[in-house]
Amino acid sequence: MAELPVTMSVNGERHRHIVEPRKTLADYLREDCALTGTHLGCEHGVCGACTVMLDGVAVRSCLMFAVQAEGAEVTTVEGLAKNGELTPVQEAFREEHGLQCGFCTPGFVVSVHAFLEDNPRPSRDEIVEALSGNLCRCTGYQGIIRAVERAATTMGGAT
Amino acid sequence: MRKRSAKPPLALPCRPVKPAPFEYHAPATTADALAVLAEHGDEAKPLAGGQSLVPMLALRLTRFGHLVDLNRVPELAGIERHNGTVTVGTMTRQADLERSPDAAAVPLLGLATPLIGHFQIRNRGTVGGSIAHADPAGELPAVVLTLDAQLDIASASGTRTVSASEFFEGTWTTVVGDDELLTAVHFPVWADGAGFAVDEVARRLGDFALVGVVCGVELDGSSKVTRAAIGLLGMGGTPLRAAAAEQALVGTAPTDDELTEIGRLAVADLDPPADIHASTEYRSSVGAHVVKRALRTALERAGG
Repeated sequence: MAELPVTMSVNGERHRHIVEPRKTLADYLREDCALTGTHLGCEHGVCGACTVMLDGVAVRSCLMFAVQAEGAEVTTVEGLAKNGELTPVQEAFREEHGLQCGFCTPGFVVSVHAFLEDNPRPSRDEIVEALSGNLCRCTGYQGIIRAVERAATTMGGAT
Repeated sequence: MRKRSAKPPLALPCRPVKPAPFEYHAPATTADALAVLAEHGDEAKPLAGGQSLVPMLALRLTRFGHLVDLNRVPELAGIERHNGTVTVGTMTRQADLERSPDAAAVPLLGLATPLIGHFQIRNRGTVGGSIAHADPAGELPAVVLTLDAQLDIASASGTRTVSASEFFEGTWTTVVGDDELLTAVHFPVWADGAGFAVDEVARRLGDFALVGVVCGVELDGSSKVTRAAIGLLGMGGTPLRAAAAEQALVGTAPTDDELTEIGRLAVADLDPPADIHASTEYRSSVGAHVVKRALRTALERAGG
């Protein structure tokens, strides 16, 4: 099948490659852009490890094709920290032991960034609900929930 | 001396979780999309939000020679309210439906949509995609059936409108033909003061529901039910209406015991599917309870 050119902005940088239409955005980010922070767990939309921001909203990068992101602005986990400083969310994950093996962490961190932007003062129930789209097999989630609470406080939205 | 045979190479089959190759079409108008569908027939598939289709492609449960991406057809998205109807364009994102003030006139949409997958899924997933995919455990298909929505189906030769009761044929199967596209859904607005509820049992938040109910009731001045609609999801190959339970409910101001009976009646004639997560008996038993619980909520919300 015909390969197609695709141009998009990833973490503020313009990327242009020729890709097979069936290549997912996740594979494109990892293989063509060499941004391997976006992880692939289940590759069918269940685990959330591949979550990225697409034009300002969190999406599964394994559930869309790279060609569909033509002209889009994508932010991966690599694009969150500015000037080498961790974001409050990243800092909170470290402080609260929100990760162990780290495989799921990029997906959680991107999802939590999107969630707190939408809801800066979440209740614990809302946090649990928001995290339901990401699977972690190490932490038992408690550290992650605490990390979201801490990040919300740090970012000034605390109740 | 016999040489020990070399260890055979690891015989791991190479099974990449990737879709089979396809040709990609990104039309800018509905007419162009329909033209591609007309040309390629069952070799072509519309790609909406991709939250169900892409996994099915990736797992190679299905394959198509042509994918027709609808994400660049602006005219297919949008929510409008006029004359007792809320019309939702097929490519409206579920997240947009969730937040739409216009869609609030149909409370079942706002109650059911947050139960679809997770927020990351709803950011991408579409209303029409969910309905046309027709998963028997899907929330929006059940809302469509329960509210007797009307569905616009277009092809290169014109548009037809079908009723919800005719739309769903079986698991993942609807009356939408290979060269057709579900373009919009019309949801009727019920009277002020009507009460609605959506209730489902899933193993985790955002999982497919094992059993679910969507329902609506209208009451008269003496709290008697004048109108009732009860839809079930996960209880058969398509969403189902509990017609006998609806009839039993109308004209009554049901007591708690009567609601228990109506819950039983709603699942009495069903033969729900059994799978690794729930047996037929479990689905029936839980289904009866969930119907009761949802009706009680809807009646309370209606001021009953």
